Amino acid sequence: MAANPMTQFEVYRIGPEIKINQIDISFTNASLFMIISALSILLIFNLGSSKKNIIPTKIQLLAELSYSFISKMISDTAGNKGKPYFNLIFSLFMFVLFCNMFGMLPYSFTVTSHIIVTFFLAALIFIGVTVIGFIKHGFGYLKLFVPSGVPLVLLPLIVVIEIISYLSRPISLSVRLFANMMAGHTMMKVFGSFVISLGIVGGWLPLSFSVALTGLEILVAFLQAYVFAILTCIYLNDALNLHH
Amino acid sequence: MLKKIIFFNLIFSTFITQISISAESGGMPQLNPEFWISQIFWLIISFGILFIVLSKFILPKIRNNIEFRKSEILDNIETAEKQKTEAENTLKNYDELIRKSKNEAKNYFNDARKKIIEDIEKKKQALDKEINIEISKAEAEVAELVNKAPEKIQKIAIETSSDLIRQLIGEEVNNSSISAIVDDLYKKNKGKYYGN
Repeated sequence: MAANPMTQFEVYRIGPEIKINQIDISFTNASLFMIISALSILLIFNLGSSKKNIIPTKIQLLAELSYSFISKMISDTAGNKGKPYFNLIFSLFMFVLFCNMFGMLPYSFTVTSHIIVTFFLAALIFIGVTVIGFIKHGFGYLKLFVPSGVPLVLLPLIVVIEIISYLSRPISLSVRLFANMMAGHTMMKVFGSFVISLGIVGGWLPLSFSVALTGLEILVAFLQAYVFAILTCIYLNDALNLHH
Repeated sequence: MLKKIIFFNLIFSTFITQISISAESGGMPQLNPEFWISQIFWLIISFGILFIVLSKFILPKIRNNIEFRKSEILDNIETAEKQKTEAENTLKNYDELIRKSKNEAKNYFNDARKKIIEDIEKKKQALDKEINIEISKAEAEVAELVNKAPEKIQKIAIETSSDLIRQLIGEEVNNSSISAIVDDLYKKNKGKYYGN
């Protein structure tokens, strides 16, 4: 197991095989960590919101600070029009953050290191943002692909580039998160196996690297959740306030 | 901030490509579609539950808490300001009261002093009057005594002279002639005997 750093990403079935119409929806370790993340978020924020103290308790402060953090992020990037999407962006940020953080525990599984999960979330955002854009602006939303102040000769080229960049949004959004998580965990595994193979004499250097990487990975786990949420906000801003 | 993040990502993505190339030999479990549907299914369930519970129950509560705190703090500040002005007014009143009572006390003191001084003055005057009366009475008495003294002395002188003459000559002398002589002498030497 220690030989291959990719084994940590393997999905395996927990419990019986569940099939609906030949489609396998068995409960796996990935499902387990998704449920654990969701439930811990609910638990923490339920504890943080159940009391109504003037001077907040620590957990209440945590919940309220996260609330104002996300709220500020949305109003900074998408303005006041972004307020109705607060719940979705808050849930997204917290879900990604907790999945990333649970992945930092030894022997755990990192949900967000799977391209299918991140791609599904990114596609959801992409489709949602596009639908919102068309609802708000009708076909005028297509003006997004025609930047103002571009010479007429260059316009066809620019429009093609804009469309490609727009369509690549879900891919870049999902691959960024997935690749960051996977790379970090693979590196930690590699350095961990170096510690074992170099033994008591030479193992100290990769061990110190491992410790440093752990800190870096916790930072990356937070940062990627933040980037995921803030890019969602930026895409939402494009759809809500159409000025290119 | 955003630039930093993007830069960070760029650095990281070079790492990723290297590692993923090296990991290719082992095969990436992420690209095995066996559990893709299962992952999507459970993602929808867990994220759906999370989203619904957060947006229906928990986030409104947090919003309420934050707003409640804000309004409570504003209320508290308002009442604090009100109480502050009240306290200032009370302090002003208190100062006024103290000033007034100080003045009053001064007035009382001054009045009392004036009264006492007047009283003393009055009593002194009355006493002076009495003393003067007494003095004048005594003076009158002394004057009377002084006025009566020569008569008595003359009488004594006349009797003594007649007694002396009788003793010396053995002959009765007319008292009136003696008194005439004594009167005469007295008048002559009045300044000598009662010289002031």
